[in-house]
Amino acid sequence: MIPNDIKITPELVRDHGLKPDEYQRILDLIGREPTLTELGIFSAMWNEHCSYKSSKKWLKTLPTTGPRVLVGPGENAGVVDIGDGDVVVFKMESHNHPSYIEPYQGAATGVGGILRDVFTMGARPIAAMNALRFGAPDHPRTRHIVNGVVAGVGGYGNSFGVPTVGGEVNFHPRYNGNCLVNAFAAGLAKADGIFLSKAEGIGMPVVYLGSKTGRDGIHGASMASAEFDDNSEEKRPTVQVGDPFSEKLLLEACLELMQTGAVIAIQDMGAAGLTCSAVEMGAKGDLGLELDLDKVPCREPGMTAYEMMLSESQERMLMVLHPEKEAEAEAVFRKWGLDFAVVGRTTDTLRFVVRHQGEVMADLPIKDLGDQAPEYDRPWIAPAKPAVIAVAETEAPTDWNEALLSLIGSPDLSSRRWVVEQYDHFIQGNTIQHPGGDAGVVRVEGSNKGLAFTCDVTPRYVEADPFEGGKQAIAEAWRNLTAVGATPLAVTDNLNFGNPEKPEIMGQFVGAIQGLGEACRALDFPIVSGNVSLYNETNGQAILPTPAIGGVGLLADVSRSVGIGFRQDGDAIILVGDTAGWLGQSIYLRELFGREDGAPPPVDLAVEKRNGDFVRKLIEDGRVGAVHDLSDGGLAVGLAEMAMASGRGCRIAAPERSAVPLHAFLFGEDQARYVMTASAGEAAHILVQAAMGGVPATMIGTVGGNELTIADRIAISVDLLVKRHEDWFPRFMAAA
Amino acid sequence: MKSAVVVFPGINRERDMAKALELASGVAPHMIWHAETELPDVDVVAVPGGFSYGDYLRCGAIAARAPIMDAIHRHAARGGYVIGVCNGFQILTEAGLLPGALLRNASLKFACKVVRLRVDNADTAFSNAYAAGAVIRNPIAHGEGNYFADAETIARLEGDGRVVFRYCDAAGETTMAADPNGSLNHIAGILNERGNVLGMMPHPEDFVEPLHGCTEGRGIFDSLVRAVAA
Repeated sequence: MIPNDIKITPELVRDHGLKPDEYQRILDLIGREPTLTELGIFSAMWNEHCSYKSSKKWLKTLPTTGPRVLVGPGENAGVVDIGDGDVVVFKMESHNHPSYIEPYQGAATGVGGILRDVFTMGARPIAAMNALRFGAPDHPRTRHIVNGVVAGVGGYGNSFGVPTVGGEVNFHPRYNGNCLVNAFAAGLAKADGIFLSKAEGIGMPVVYLGSKTGRDGIHGASMASAEFDDNSEEKRPTVQVGDPFSEKLLLEACLELMQTGAVIAIQDMGAAGLTCSAVEMGAKGDLGLELDLDKVPCREPGMTAYEMMLSESQERMLMVLHPEKEAEAEAVFRKWGLDFAVVGRTTDTLRFVVRHQGEVMADLPIKDLGDQAPEYDRPWIAPAKPAVIAVAETEAPTDWNEALLSLIGSPDLSSRRWVVEQYDHFIQGNTIQHPGGDAGVVRVEGSNKGLAFTCDVTPRYVEADPFEGGKQAIAEAWRNLTAVGATPLAVTDNLNFGNPEKPEIMGQFVGAIQGLGEACRALDFPIVSGNVSLYNETNGQAILPTPAIGGVGLLADVSRSVGIGFRQDGDAIILVGDTAGWLGQSIYLRELFGREDGAPPPVDLAVEKRNGDFVRKLIEDGRVGAVHDLSDGGLAVGLAEMAMASGRGCRIAAPERSAVPLHAFLFGEDQARYVMTASAGEAAHILVQAAMGGVPATMIGTVGGNELTIADRIAISVDLLVKRHEDWFPRFMAAA
Repeated sequence: MKSAVVVFPGINRERDMAKALELASGVAPHMIWHAETELPDVDVVAVPGGFSYGDYLRCGAIAARAPIMDAIHRHAARGGYVIGVCNGFQILTEAGLLPGALLRNASLKFACKVVRLRVDNADTAFSNAYAAGAVIRNPIAHGEGNYFADAETIARLEGDGRVVFRYCDAAGETTMAADPNGSLNHIAGILNERGNVLGMMPHPEDFVEPLHGCTEGRGIFDSLVRAVAA
């Protein structure tokens, strides 16, 4: 019997985020009152963040397999075959709650955590992205959070040495009390050099590596599973502090150690630190595990077992090593100046035993900690489908030039230069497409291959119709990869939602998952890793449902990748895809008319695939110059972006004999569309080929001059476009 | 040309530098760990960019006192070539191999973008592949690149033609708008008195291949190959 110094009261149970019935489940499982340390361990393993107790039922419905998928969800990151024995390893994860409380460290450790997930598997990180969502620009806290988050993302990634090649930045009042920081990382490894977290062998040393354990981040995962209120700032001590220098050393030391053949299993200490990593390694290997906390390298004396088990100090790893290689392994870590300590052994007891100062502080059934976590089938209600807004119910702008200028100068569509210039995107010397295009492209070093990366979701669509919005998030990621010439491979998803105990929020979640699943199946685009972040609410107000998608694609010949900038005067401009002029949930209605209503544009996945495959083939064959997918703001904004990226103008004609009014043609957000350019001669061939393949494609204009002119309505110099596009962000950030 | 790339903990552009040196010279450089005390027999020592020791003290201050630095001082004293890029430039100033210091960018922000540099002295071991006055593009990626030195040092640098690279616009004009960090006299790269040690903030090693979209950094490495062969 373990002595129990501290009485477990209902208050203590509640403070650990456990419901009374969940506590009863613990009592039933272990047949006695838990110790405080044990309560802490259960709280860490059974919170939403670690156990996926509300989401598991629905996550199981997602497609996660495919001919190229080597490792799907459940490990630190997904692994996808890219040929020649190479694999890409990637994942996206949220750090929303910490970033709201302490923006710089919250974002920095988000980046650190995702990088660690990738190199834990034996991959060297080659690319990072960040999907960031902030409150309304005029909310008093927004500027402070943007400043801290961007600096934190840059501060960690730049120092670690990974190029940040893409991402998203959006503003909406629904993120006023709860920003989103979703960090993506990808790495390269060899298919036979992948490391997993499953422990093997009895009596094997369990080794602690990396930085020392401190009192930071205790209960971070539990905090991330609760709603915020006005006192959330008091949670600052639960935010961890990042040290990218140690992480860089840890990366080099881990990759060097993996070369020695010493590593049996490896797990990084992320959420719930030592507890989660140790339990996961043992449980996956059907083994018990004993830890001796006296051996854990600590930053300060006097830390209790409870604190050590729940600390989320960063830059730490747990490994199971081959005993005969222990000395060799230790030498590698000493060289890099990192801590190395044997802190336990694997056992055949299936118990998780924690000792401290000669006493047993926890003795729990290891499998039950994970497998017996509560799982809920939460009640949900499908939201009502919003009415479709007919084009006839919308107005044309009174001043067409100003309409386009104000869209490209709006908070969501303005230039992100202020942000991306704080991120190193040249490092490693492999970046082919830099931030600002449809997708970032990075060469696979030592080959002609390339990998493309994009982050996408349109939360206002998901809010209006979770199912269509979910489909659209996948389709847009697939389209963005296609637009740079990549074949979409697989997806990581970062599902950010409100409180799942509310049926309407759960309904958003269920609808979005169903949409994601349908699109992934139709586009052969499996989900190989991801993360769920629930309880994104403050004072009862939920965020917009935001299932952020990280898409990865492969280019056989990276030199064929294309960007969005017009290439040459005289090139023909071709619009691919049908334009019905869908204005419901458009940026046009929102920014110019203050309307955030209607049904979002529907996604026809068969059309999406047909149009995208057509465009990709043209890029692969080197027949098109510039390609851009159309999304927020529609055709007019897409054309403006292509002009601004190149400094070249263009002349666009109004569609002939079209039933679509010009404003809907220019600003509608119909899906499955691309704009591309080709020489005049090539364009004629492309149009014939499109007609034969049943792909809608029309010549809409010509590249040239220094003005963007559209029909007889819009005429704006490229210089003015650039000025308005660049103006908003730095002005916003400089305002006091 | 035989070369060595020095690796301090926290340095992260050592592979970029090694690739550029190998591309220009055809020979892979030696990678030298900071704890070493001797350099192999090389013509060029490169101190690459990154965040040596986390840059937790002043940038470059700890690296300047690392065991390998004595060997670098001896190499420079023998007339061997030394190139320091970004954090490498900071390290060389902290080590006293180059004058001045790199302060926090005037914007107080990390800056990553393509800048233009004017080659103000094309008669050096590091710039002979360029035409005098040529304008080249290079990426920058730094938070502390704001070159500063006392007035006397600046006057000497200018008088001796030791300012090799200066931030400028497309027309070659040096303007505040074209200067990404507020450096005195828009200085981007300088030589030591003897002309065998160069420090520069921009990253020529990331603009050496057609796939980079620009090869205008290549000349610095080609210059070294020529200088060594001469």
